[in-house]
Amino acid sequence: MADLYTVNKSPFEKNSLEDAIRFSSEGASILLIEDGVYGAMAGTAVSDLVAGATGRKFYALRADLKARGIAEDRLIDGVELVDYAGFVDLVVNHDKVQAWL
Amino acid sequence: MSDVKKFMYLNRRAPYGTIYAWESLEVVLIGAAFDQEVSLMFVDDGVFQLVKGSDTSESDMKNFTPTYRTLGDYGVRHMYVDKASLEARGLTQDDLIEVAWEDWETEEEVDNIVEILDSKEIAKKLEESDVVFSF
Repeated sequence: MADLYTVNKSPFEKNSLEDAIRFSSEGASILLIEDGVYGAMAGTAVSDLVAGATGRKFYALRADLKARGIAEDRLIDGVELVDYAGFVDLVVNHDKVQAWL
Repeated sequence: MSDVKKFMYLNRRAPYGTIYAWESLEVVLIGAAFDQEVSLMFVDDGVFQLVKGSDTSESDMKNFTPTYRTLGDYGVRHMYVDKASLEARGLTQDDLIEVAWEDWETEEEVDNIVEILDSKEIAKKLEESDVVFSF
């Protein structure tokens, strides 16, 4: 199994998302939470981080997207939305969790 | 009223992830009681504070986006947004809330005080301010 990476910082303000992708292995899952969900938006200056990362599966926490007014149709193709129960499922279905702050 | 100062609140953080946006809003509301000329500036991730459609029902946080809409009633006269910050985030003015303003004495009305500026215009607004509060 692979690791689950969580990213909770805005990709416009910190390089946490960039590093999480760079220091993850093929097959890793990357879950965007809190201000990290801005990394899931299509059509931004940093969209290529997620859109261009191959061999990584991306998830975003729906509650945090909704709080920030980001509609689902604005997300990069392939990003899967999860609720809190889905977050827990991701945690138990990976070897361990790496939090990139 | 020569003692009226130009207050500028400079917002550079996204809402909800940290307390900065909420704290800034609190200070603006408190400061409204002092009859100064108040403007708000939104740059970098601060522009996300004005994105409409916020729904915090699933995240158990207070939705404070509606509060921005009332700022005109609290004497906030200008809300400026950095054009480059918007563009970098794939946003346009259509994505932002509108804030109306009315002078109760003169009945002067402005439908929307949210205004997009380029960096040169922003530099000028900041320089013209007497005090800049950073959040």
